[in-house]
Amino acid sequence: MIELQNVKKAFGSNAVLCGVDLSIAKGESMVIIGGSGTGKSVTLKSVLGLVTPDSGTILVDGKDATKGDRDAFLERFGMLFQGAALFDSMKVWENVAFRLLRGPRKKPRAEARAIAIEKLRRVGLRESVGDQFPAELSGGMQKRVGLARAIAADPEIIFFDEPTTGLDPIMAGVINDLIREIVVEMGVTAMTITHDMTSVRSIADKVAMLHEGVIKWTGTVAEMDATDDPYVQQFIHGRATGPIEAVR
Amino acid sequence: MILLSPVAALGRATMAMVATLGRVSMFTAQTLRHMITPPYYPHELWHALIAIGWLSLPVVGMTAVFTGAALALQIYAGGARFSAEAVVPQIVAIGMTRELGPVLGGLMVAARVASSVAAEIGTMKVTEQIDALVTLSTNPMKYLTAPRVLAATLSVPILVAVGDAIGIMGGFLVGTSRLGFNEATYLKNTFDFLEVWDVGSGLVKGAVFGFLIALMGCYFGMNSGRGAQGVGAAVKAAVVASSVLILASNYLLTEAFFSS
Repeated sequence: MIELQNVKKAFGSNAVLCGVDLSIAKGESMVIIGGSGTGKSVTLKSVLGLVTPDSGTILVDGKDATKGDRDAFLERFGMLFQGAALFDSMKVWENVAFRLLRGPRKKPRAEARAIAIEKLRRVGLRESVGDQFPAELSGGMQKRVGLARAIAADPEIIFFDEPTTGLDPIMAGVINDLIREIVVEMGVTAMTITHDMTSVRSIADKVAMLHEGVIKWTGTVAEMDATDDPYVQQFIHGRATGPIEAVR
Repeated sequence: MILLSPVAALGRATMAMVATLGRVSMFTAQTLRHMITPPYYPHELWHALIAIGWLSLPVVGMTAVFTGAALALQIYAGGARFSAEAVVPQIVAIGMTRELGPVLGGLMVAARVASSVAAEIGTMKVTEQIDALVTLSTNPMKYLTAPRVLAATLSVPILVAVGDAIGIMGGFLVGTSRLGFNEATYLKNTFDFLEVWDVGSGLVKGAVFGFLIALMGCYFGMNSGRGAQGVGAAVKAAVVASSVLILASNYLLTEAFFSS
C-alpha cells in the first residue's frame, strides 16, 4: 500500500535519508526503529509531504504521493504527533472534531461534537475532558486526545510518531494497547516510529531498522528476536558497544 | 585574500538580503492568493478581528490622546515664535489625521500584534501544530495567515480613524483648558480646515500598515527557528521589520499622496 523507493533527503550538507526502500502492505502495522537522528521522522514526514524528498519515489496504492489532489490524499491519513500537537486555542473536543468542523467532511456542530465525545470514550477519556483545554491535561491524556483526533475521521492509514515518548511505563502500556486495538479494530495500515522496544513488541506486525539513512533490516517481531544482525541485536538490547556508534 | 574578505562578506550579505526579499515576495503573493480563493474561514477571521482590532483600541486610544495633547502644546509654543498660536486646532487636526494617527497607531499595533502573531504561529510551528494542520487537510497559509492579514488590513484603518478622533480630542482638551482657546472656536477651526483627503489618506496608510504588520508577524512566525530562542528571534524580527516597513511605506505613501 505504501512504498518508498530510493528516497533521499539532505538538509544542507547533512544527508539524512540516503536511499530508503520500504514497503508496507495494506492492513499491516509497520514499526520503524532506529536511534535518535537517524531519519525516522523525516521518513514519515516525507510520505505525508511535510518534507519534500530530494529524490526517490513514494507510492501510495501505486500512485505517486507527490502528485494529484493533496487534500484528497491527506483525507486518507491520521497522525499522532510526538508531542500530540493539539491546538491549544481550542477545546479538546474541537481538536478531536477538527476535520469534522470544516472542509469537505464538515458536519453540523452537534454531530461533530457527538463523534468527538465517542472517540474520546474510545481512548478512555470521559466526556467532561472534551470541554477542557489541552494545557489542562497531563501528557498521557494529551496523547490519548491526539489519538482520538487521528482516528476521528476514520482514516485508512495512521502514522504514530514516537507514541510513548515522555510517558511513564504504565501510561506507555495504555497507549500501546490502544494503538494495537485501534489498528486491528479499524483494519488500518499503520506506520509507527519509535525507539521504545516495548512499543515495538506491542504494536508491530513488521519491524524495519533505519540506520545511517538506509533500511538496514526488515522482518517480523519473532524474526527480530532471532536475527543475528549486529545492528538489530545492539539496538534491541540497548548495548553501548557494537556497530552503531553510541556517540553520534 | 585578506583584502578581498570584506568584499566577499558584502556579497554574502547582499545575496542573503535578495534571497529574503524573494521569500517575502513569494509569501506575500501566496497570502494574497489565499485571501481571495476558497475555502474561507470566517470563524478565524472574526477571532482575528477581535484580537487585532478590538483589543488594540485601548493602546491606540492612549497613544492618540497623549500625542494630540503634546502636539497642541508644541505647536502653541513653536507658533508663538512667529505669532501663529492660533493655528493650533488646524495643525493638530492635520498632523493627527495625515501622519501621527496612522504612524504612531501603526507602530503601537505593530508592537502588540506583530509580536503576538509571530509568537503564536512560531510556537505552533515548533510544537508541530502547523504540521498537524497540514495532516488534517488544512492549508496553514489559508487558515492562519490569510484571516490575520485580512483582519489587520480591515481593522487598522478603523483604529486609525478612532485614534484621529481621540488625538484631536486630546488637542482640544489641552487647547481649551491650558492654552485659553474657546471651545466652539477650536472645534470650528478644526472642522472648517480639515479636508476629506486628510482623513482618507491616513486611513489608506492604516490599511497598508495593517497588511504589513500581520504579514510580517505571519512570515517570521512561519519561518521561526527551533525552540524558545527561535520563537524569540522570530518575534524580534517581526516587530523590527514591521516597524521599519511602516516608516518606509509612510514616506513613500506621503510622497505619492502629497508631493506636487
